Amino acid sequence: MNTQTASRLGLILLLAPLLVWLTALLILPHVDMLLISLRERVAPQVYERSFANYTEFFIEPLYWRTFARTAIMSISATAITLLIAFPVSYYIAKMLRGRSKSFLFLLCLVPFWVSELVRTFGWMILLRESGVVSNVLQWAGLVDGPVEMLYNDAAIMVGLVYTSMLFMVVPLVSILDSLDDSLVEAGYDLGGNGFTVMRTIIIPHAMPGIVSGCIVVFMLTLGNYLTPILLGGKSSMWFTAQIYTQFITRFNWELGAAFGFLLLALSTIIVWTGLKLSRQTLSETMG
Amino acid sequence: MTRLDENNNEIDLECRDLRRTFGNFVAVDNVSFGVPKGDFFSILGPSGCGKTTILRMMAGFLEPTSGDIIIKGKSMLNVPPNKRPVNMVFQHLALFPMMSVAENIAYGLVRQGMNKSDTATKVKSALERIGLPGSGDKSIKQLSGGQQQRIAIARCLVLEPAALLLDEPLGALDLKLREHMKVELKKMQNQFGTTFIYITHDQSEALVMSNHVAVMNEGRFEQIGTPQELYYHPDTSFVAGFVGDSNRWHGKVDAIDGSVIRVSTSDGISLLSVPAGGEKLVVGDEVDIFVRPESIIIAHDEARAQEMDNRLSGNVVSVLFNGANSRALVRESKTGGELDVALPQTGEFSGLSAGQQVFLGWGKQQSKAFASVNSPTNKGHGG
Repeated sequence: MNTQTASRLGLILLLAPLLVWLTALLILPHVDMLLISLRERVAPQVYERSFANYTEFFIEPLYWRTFARTAIMSISATAITLLIAFPVSYYIAKMLRGRSKSFLFLLCLVPFWVSELVRTFGWMILLRESGVVSNVLQWAGLVDGPVEMLYNDAAIMVGLVYTSMLFMVVPLVSILDSLDDSLVEAGYDLGGNGFTVMRTIIIPHAMPGIVSGCIVVFMLTLGNYLTPILLGGKSSMWFTAQIYTQFITRFNWELGAAFGFLLLALSTIIVWTGLKLSRQTLSETMG
Repeated sequence: MTRLDENNNEIDLECRDLRRTFGNFVAVDNVSFGVPKGDFFSILGPSGCGKTTILRMMAGFLEPTSGDIIIKGKSMLNVPPNKRPVNMVFQHLALFPMMSVAENIAYGLVRQGMNKSDTATKVKSALERIGLPGSGDKSIKQLSGGQQQRIAIARCLVLEPAALLLDEPLGALDLKLREHMKVELKKMQNQFGTTFIYITHDQSEALVMSNHVAVMNEGRFEQIGTPQELYYHPDTSFVAGFVGDSNRWHGKVDAIDGSVIRVSTSDGISLLSVPAGGEKLVVGDEVDIFVRPESIIIAHDEARAQEMDNRLSGNVVSVLFNGANSRALVRESKTGGELDVALPQTGEFSGLSAGQQVFLGWGKQQSKAFASVNSPTNKGHGG
């Protein structure tokens, strides 16, 4: 056996687990889902190929309204997460040195050692009618009776932003860490003020990190099921809940599969638009 | 220290009793100096001597603990960096990689609120002046180290600052380019006529480019002067040791005869020298003697070195050939101490090899005696 065939065999062996994983868990289910989404039940056990499931989505306002609402809420959650995470990351990466830096970074990480379910229950304990916040407000005399703070959009948003924070802070801290302090100093030295230095130097430098953080947070939020359901209750109107209903409650796998593909298309389109608008490429931001 | 002020009434930039401490550490210790308009002023010192701290205080990135910085007659205390009429060329240049060459140069002009067409004209003429016409659309990464250097300087000079602060900008370049940039920087300074304040630990950079050099050590200025003054008339033993190469002996004053002293060195030879540094020496004082390698005459036969005040003989340990800067390392026969001797460029010593006997000699004026820093009679340097 010569070295070339040996190295080729090595490559194939190394790639094998990845290929098996991709094929068995991603490609096969998606192909099957696509086939399911493209059939229509005309009689018990009798199926026909058709686009009926996709047309159903556009005819029924509840479906596409939920779809649009999920997209808008996810974009807003991503934007809010970015707005909160950026100053936090800047503070950690640029203002702090040594131990306090790693300590604060660790503090951002600590909540993620607990499962998402437990963290969401934490929010429910705080926000429910008989919860901590409600009691504190009553005790302080600011409100007369118990206040229900769960089951509205704000509660969903709080939960989503909280859940996503780490995934925005990590890429931002690492990219801001790589920003040479002398670039910021040069920006000031040449006459820039805080705002112009931020706009012309810090943000352009951080752009790959901002975009990669936004992509991850957006995808996680769009595909989130637990947080919107628990914090939003019946009024959450989240698209993943719609998919769940079709598959589990209505046992309509055909429509559920079509919804799944629509969600995939939606996230692809929005991420692509985001990359075009920020003039970044996927390899640059994820590499 | 006020010498510069007397000769020149137009002082562009002045530091008065500037002091900066970090906790208990005194980085800059009551430094005062003035830089006349259009001067190339260098601060030369070993790393950690506080020179960068001074520069950062001038730029406004650090506030002095006490003292004042006056630029164009105005105190700069509590003036933020973006409001000061000085600009800085950073050690690693700090060109903005997210902008093109033209955008880099235009950055400061845009911040001043200059309109688009004026900015474009200025950027174009700046690029022409630094010999890079038409490079405006290039990205920073496309330029060589020397070109980036010029962009970094042009980016500051278009703003017509009162002074340009340069923080060892040649440090990151390779040797050949560094030699070239020394000449180029000096040319640029002449061409623009801007005051340059240059920080370096490399004595050759400071000596080649500057009109005035301040030698700094442990937070204090040891001496301010022209490169020639520092080289030929060092005020302190630190300056004598730091600027240029020297052979060094430690010894005690044996006898004083007018302006000449006789010193017996710790390794047992007797040398005639002149006191330097303005300190009054008395018999018994401990001194350090400095002799430049190029002040020493080297000869194959004893007669040539005969008329010199100080005479030694020894054997060549090795020849350090370096073209015009060739040296011989000679082991002195009596003490076994080694001397660094410059070889004359006459070709007479081109065949010199290890083991040969040579005779060395130098005049008393060429050996400078400074009161030893650790000696009890030392009254401290005029910092």
